[in-house]
Amino acid sequence: MSNKMHIKLNVNGKEEEFLAEPRELLIYTLRERLNITGPHIGCETSHCGACTVTIDGKSVKSCTMFAAQADGKSITTIEGLGGPDNLHPLQEAFKEHHGLQCGYCTPGMITRATKLLEENPNPTEEEIRFGMAGNICRCTGYQNIVKSIQAAAVEMNASKEAAE
Amino acid sequence: MIPAAFEYYRPQDMAGVLAILEEHGDDARVMAGGHSLIPMMKLRMAEVPHLIDLQDVGGLSDITVEASRIVIGAMVTQADIIDSAELTAAAPILREAALQIADPQVRYMGTVGGNVANGDPGNDMPGLMQCLDATFTLVGSDGERDVPARDFYEAAYMTARDDEEVLTAVSIPLPSGGYAYEKQKRKIGDYATAAASVQITQSGGTCTSAAIAMTNLSDTPIFSEAAGAALVGTALDDAAIKSSVAAMLNDIDPTEDNRGPIAFKKHVAGVILRRAIERAWSRA
Amino acid sequence: MKDEVDTREDRVANLKGMGCSRKRVEDARFTQGKGNYVDDIKLDGMLFGDFVRSPYAHARIKSIDTAAALEVPGVLAVLTAADLEPLGLHWMPTLAGDKQMVLADGKVLFQGQEVAFVVAEDRYAAADGIELVEVEYEELPVIVNPFEALKSDVVLREDLMGEGGSLPDGAHGPRKHHNHIFTWDAGDKEPTEEVIANADVVATESMYYHRTHPCPLETCGCVASMDKVNGKLTLWGTFQAPHAIRTVVSLISGIEEHNIRVVSPDIGGGFGNKVGAYPGYVCSVVASIVTGKPVKWIEDRMDNLMTTAFARDYHMTGKISATKEGKITGLHCHVTADHGGFDACADPTKFPAGFMNICTGSYDIPTAYLEVDGVYTNKAPGGVSYRCSFRVTEAVYFIERMIEVLAIKLDMDAAELRRINFIKKEQFPYQAALGWEYDSGDYHTAWDKALKTVDYDGLRAEQAQRVEDFKAGKTRKLMGIGLSFFTEIVGAGPVKNCDILGLGMFDSCEIRIHPTGSAIARLGTISQGQGHATTFAQILASEIGLPADSITIEEGDTDTAPYGLGTYGSRSTPVAGAATAMAGRKIRAKAQMIAAYLLEVHDNDVEFDVDRFVVKGAPEKFKTMKEIAFAAYNQAIPGIEPGLEAVSYYDPPNMTYPFGAYVCVMDIDVDTGVPEIRRFYALDDCGTRINPMIIEGQVHGGLTEALAVALGQEIAYDDMGNCKTGTLMDFFLPTAWEVPNYETDYTVTPSPHHPIGAKGVGESPHVGGVPCFSNAVQDAFRPFGNTHTNMPHDHWRIWKTANELGLHG
Repeated sequence: MSNKMHIKLNVNGKEEEFLAEPRELLIYTLRERLNITGPHIGCETSHCGACTVTIDGKSVKSCTMFAAQADGKSITTIEGLGGPDNLHPLQEAFKEHHGLQCGYCTPGMITRATKLLEENPNPTEEEIRFGMAGNICRCTGYQNIVKSIQAAAVEMNASKEAAE
Repeated sequence: MIPAAFEYYRPQDMAGVLAILEEHGDDARVMAGGHSLIPMMKLRMAEVPHLIDLQDVGGLSDITVEASRIVIGAMVTQADIIDSAELTAAAPILREAALQIADPQVRYMGTVGGNVANGDPGNDMPGLMQCLDATFTLVGSDGERDVPARDFYEAAYMTARDDEEVLTAVSIPLPSGGYAYEKQKRKIGDYATAAASVQITQSGGTCTSAAIAMTNLSDTPIFSEAAGAALVGTALDDAAIKSSVAAMLNDIDPTEDNRGPIAFKKHVAGVILRRAIERAWSRA
Repeated sequence: MKDEVDTREDRVANLKGMGCSRKRVEDARFTQGKGNYVDDIKLDGMLFGDFVRSPYAHARIKSIDTAAALEVPGVLAVLTAADLEPLGLHWMPTLAGDKQMVLADGKVLFQGQEVAFVVAEDRYAAADGIELVEVEYEELPVIVNPFEALKSDVVLREDLMGEGGSLPDGAHGPRKHHNHIFTWDAGDKEPTEEVIANADVVATESMYYHRTHPCPLETCGCVASMDKVNGKLTLWGTFQAPHAIRTVVSLISGIEEHNIRVVSPDIGGGFGNKVGAYPGYVCSVVASIVTGKPVKWIEDRMDNLMTTAFARDYHMTGKISATKEGKITGLHCHVTADHGGFDACADPTKFPAGFMNICTGSYDIPTAYLEVDGVYTNKAPGGVSYRCSFRVTEAVYFIERMIEVLAIKLDMDAAELRRINFIKKEQFPYQAALGWEYDSGDYHTAWDKALKTVDYDGLRAEQAQRVEDFKAGKTRKLMGIGLSFFTEIVGAGPVKNCDILGLGMFDSCEIRIHPTGSAIARLGTISQGQGHATTFAQILASEIGLPADSITIEEGDTDTAPYGLGTYGSRSTPVAGAATAMAGRKIRAKAQMIAAYLLEVHDNDVEFDVDRFVVKGAPEKFKTMKEIAFAAYNQAIPGIEPGLEAVSYYDPPNMTYPFGAYVCVMDIDVDTGVPEIRRFYALDDCGTRINPMIIEGQVHGGLTEALAVALGQEIAYDDMGNCKTGTLMDFFLPTAWEVPNYETDYTVTPSPHHPIGAKGVGESPHVGGVPCFSNAVQDAFRPFGNTHTNMPHDHWRIWKTANELGLHG
């Protein structure tokens, strides 16, 4: 047992402060300490991406980061992207285009996709496949995930244009 | 998968890092992105009683392109490399290689320093840095020293870095000519079955210099001087490439793993090198 | 109450019934991070349990010292076999009639085997406790090859030896050797041997269908909570068959079944991994009883890959005979099945090799014989159906390879060979030589459509040109055309021959219509991503005329759902889907009487029309189902009980037999062994199509799992029984980058015995996909003399094939 650390995080816009062992992995902080259970645990060795969250503008696998490393940072999880009254276009698109089946990879997948579209608002299919390669899905074969992201991109670009 | 307990430090400067290293010796480890170290800790294959997070140490995240060299701070990530237009213009092979490392999430966290310093033979940057004749800057309590990448790797996870030293930067002489980073792997996220870095120059259709390094084909990256030498002075005809490949094969010493047996790896190493040479030559 | 929609077409659309691509009702919660998976469950005072596992594949346990572990702050208990023995829980029955150690009882039989269970206040203390449990092992000789096991003096299962070294019968009859589990056969041995001995042409081949793993993204786990005040045990977990788990827990624990509630919450993929009962479940229950607190156990990925539920591991030898013209006359198949340390295969009781006897495939083969020998080795137990009905992937791979091998022997086109041997449309129902009665099919139509769509002749011409170019040194890439025509056998199954642990494999649906015309239906199945909440509501919508959007589907809670055998083997649609339709028809029958009463006509004078009953010949006189529902609860109708509910337990008269035609075009880099999938066409015939969008999604997913298995996914061991593929670095799960776009297509040949004609589709693409990918690789090398190479076709094995054929100069 080591000394507990005082850690401050901003998660989905909310300030969180707590004491934790340094070895507490961020995914457990989110899921067990803060009851944010959208991000999931799939492989624990940074291969599957089910635990993906956004930290200070980067897509990160939260199973491979200690909460202590995230001290002072801002974190967005699937719960922070949109809710029943303000769904994110990607959340809409995944439903519309059957981009999920068991749903276990979905929070990580959508969270990663938000970042992908932020960096590349008009990705080709190849760019989507490459940009989403850190997220494993066992159910869909990816075809409808690609389709969902393409559709969300169109939607997001259209609303951006309309706003301008 | 839960790591053993440890003390966590996030010093604000290098002096702080060195003080902790000095105090705890090989019980302490520095961590950059943590994407090599943390999985090992979770599997309890690495025990780190004192973990030093480098993220708050200033001055380690810069990319500087000078007249004759490039300096990359140890905390520069693969994503930073991919995104840096200046760096890509100066040494495009870096971006080409970085894109073939792991996956997008890991590239946001994985750093150049971590990749070159931990001595994992599967990492891509060490061979690349040997090809580019980079120099690693190591800082310890006795000050700074530079070690050429080509002299840095001793065995798997064994390098010229002392336990109490920190790798802070990589300096690369500004490369010229054609380049290629060619990697065969089983899937995204895998280490190389075989990978080759090639940087090559030519004048009037004759090769004037060639540097070749191979990844994951020995317990260290392999800079094959002979493979490069075999190309110099030739017109890069088939015979020259053949003799370069033969020289490289002489230098590597792959082992069997889930990617395949030795004979396969040697064959693929040859094919990958040939393709890298041809691609680099086409860009020279 | 008046309808808001008028035309019949509008009324049909409004129902969102069968045949439409209704969007999934599950997705709202999943896309917002509000799924509820087992590891999301958090209860007051909940403890964590985790296993000390054996580093050795075969060893005697000399001692276990838990003292140091118990000193770790937060560690409350360390259970060993000695603690479970007084309760009779140190061993548990397997689904295959064998028994399995819950915790190592004196020895271990595979690497990763459960040795002790550490119970702690949090997962950190549990992990630290595990490190400090000291186990003294004495290593024993390790056997990882079933053929060696059958020759070895080393006895793996001393517990199964009789007095004086005798060999009592096993669950499936006599055993030939102390490491032998069973021999199971089907068909006619002598006649088959005779036909083959006298045939014009005989092709023989031995093939190994390697060991792999379903590897759903969510691992297995549970939370057990014994409420000592009420005497009630609640067990949440990743169970593909919650009712069966309840019965098993009751049988082995002695807790009466009414005091056990098993709940499957959302499940993050199953693919067969979550059918069996695992030591973690038993230990969690015991730990909860001992501590009086809820106990959670969740596998990590390494535990998952190394210990729960492998699939395949079949060594198959085939002989196929034919006339010179290519008409198949006989088929012989022998299987040596590696079951690991315990026989924990998840098959119906009477079928220790599952439905391997579907291995005559889609072909009219008059004489056949199958014999399977099960064998113990020092590997993990399992033997589940990974995205397939019981052993059907093995069977289909076997026959689809044998067809190719025969085509080579006959020097004949493999597509044509298939065509001339297909069971003809008019032969259905077709009695196959190995015992099954195929319900319906139209193979020729499907095959012709597939070949025409891909321009098969054009592909063959291109391939021939490629071979010429390769020989001329113009290219280093070969082209393979993978063909596969599969017939599945799903929907287990008729209670007369299908049971698991004595439980008949019927399934069930219970419907309650609410007064305002909405409904809830509960089923004995459990979705793991298949979208049951969406599709079962569609079946009901079409059957009872209420909109699917007004129907809630609930599964997975044994306190509320009717008894059922769960979801695997593509049985949900064929069995529970049928129960749903039948229960719906009971609703409709009562509704008809109510409607007639309300319309003041005789029962037979009204007829059902989409969402209402109309008076025959007077369509303007009608009562909608919504009106009828209201009346059922509010109007006193002579001779009719109030309420509108129904339940159906459906015992299917036969299995269903989905089929399909797949074509894969692949380019192979001869020098590196890297394959590239250029095109994949999949035509599926799953009978009546309930939701085309979901069907397509299932096909994409199943094909991707097929790609993985064919091209690299394996559980591999070294000679010491060390599992070499314990993480996702080495266990191949393809990413979006490695997966192609698939073209999907279909024909519709309804099942004649299923109430709505549906056959099930979730597993077809895996079953048909594996041989298709494999055949593409092998076909690329056919012009150079290849007849067969084993999967997985990873880079080095493809390279090896090229190398052995002399293609590297």
